[in-house]
Amino acid sequence: MAQAQVAAKQSSIGFGKAERKLLTDPLDSNNPVTVQVLGICSALAVTTGMKNALVMAIAVVFVTMFSNMITSALRNAIPKAVRMIVQLIIIATLVTIVELTLKAVAFDSYKQLSVFIGLIITNCIVMGRLEAFAMANGPYKSMLDGIGNGVGYGIILLMVAFVRELFGKGELFGAKLIGNTPEYLLDTTTTWGLGWYSNNNLMVLFPSAMFVIGAIIWAHRAWNPSLVDVS
Amino acid sequence: MHSTNQIIRFVLIMTSLVALVLSLMYTGLKPTHDLNEAIYAKKAILAAVQEKLGIDASSLPVEEIQEIFDNSIKQEVYDMKGNLLTPEQVEAAGYKGGLAENIDINKEAKKPEADRILPMYKYKDDSNEFTILSVQGKGLWDVIWGNIALEKDMKTIAGVDFDHKGETPGLGAEIKDNAAWKKQFVGKSIFDSADNYTGIAVMKGGAKEPTWQVDGISGATITADGVGEMLKRGLNYYGPVIKKMKKS
Repeated sequence: MAQAQVAAKQSSIGFGKAERKLLTDPLDSNNPVTVQVLGICSALAVTTGMKNALVMAIAVVFVTMFSNMITSALRNAIPKAVRMIVQLIIIATLVTIVELTLKAVAFDSYKQLSVFIGLIITNCIVMGRLEAFAMANGPYKSMLDGIGNGVGYGIILLMVAFVRELFGKGELFGAKLIGNTPEYLLDTTTTWGLGWYSNNNLMVLFPSAMFVIGAIIWAHRAWNPSLVDVS
Repeated sequence: MHSTNQIIRFVLIMTSLVALVLSLMYTGLKPTHDLNEAIYAKKAILAAVQEKLGIDASSLPVEEIQEIFDNSIKQEVYDMKGNLLTPEQVEAAGYKGGLAENIDINKEAKKPEADRILPMYKYKDDSNEFTILSVQGKGLWDVIWGNIALEKDMKTIAGVDFDHKGETPGLGAEIKDNAAWKKQFVGKSIFDSADNYTGIAVMKGGAKEPTWQVDGISGATITADGVGEMLKRGLNYYGPVIKKMKKS
């Protein structure tokens, strides 16, 4: 009797300390990018602008949330022998849904993100959460874990995009803030806004994302010393 | 433990369910996707004349773009010898719809040169008259393509718009992103004063002949050279048509 009560309590849909931890842990002490160092490939490719990073972040949150939920709901029915394949089918389906939807409602973003939307399938964060969490926990908790990890990834994406777009193009969300205008290429006397700043082209190129992520990882560990691996 | 039969049943049910959902979604969204693709291509065509018309093609609403295409643009398709093709002939070449806008310029580039067909868009309103031509070539990593608008005299460039499949952002991709670079082409002539065809040359280290050369992009020599080659070869394809148009 007591056991049944405990079980009922565990599976009920509430929002206590444990649930909050599922949401906040991936933002800080268990961040998928800065602590687990997963999903780096797409963080390089889609962070040239805030808009692309935001669309990508929303897409990943959608995929991690629903793939975690669906896998968790099916976890007792999925035959162990084919569990990886089944997980991949779930992820691939969700990613295709995202791709088809984006193509219909946000065609410009779809064109710019092109192949990287499809590559969410191979994002290690998604499958990592399915294996590590959704296969062992209920759908509600898995959903929270999915949201947490998706947002944890998205935040880093936006931070990197902020630095890269601001210092690479002098823009945020496409709005000109600092640095020189396109006309500068032809006529070096034309400037706009903070004219003394000259756009840093390195920030537009892919390697800069590595530097920025590296700097974020360093800053994160300096701020939260418990993450430092002393071995 | 699951038996083999159970596993097969599970996988079969799962995949058919997924296939059903995705195919339903795909079929449902297909018209929207096709419309988006068509509008994207039309925006690229209008982008070549946007400076002259004082519009911003990328932010025009869908209805306005359709309206310009319905009222001000006449679409024509020519073969490499300069003969006008009928919509049936264009459909026979593999493009449903038979209009110039249905032609995939990158698909055409895979055909032998003599078999290619050339889309042409004639823009005409009360005060302007342009002819927009499509060209295709190679950048550093992958294909590049563009739309070139010519003035009424069929030799002066009124505007250009380029796009690319995979050039480096900040370097080669500037051919698409840098408005100032594209502005250089305006007013250049693809024929010299003796009416010999010159094309447009993109010069590393700065243009020397102001009438038919433009500056390259530092850090993107190969892409910029690709643009020059594309323009010279691509516009020359239209040579027979331009000759006929000048005569008439």
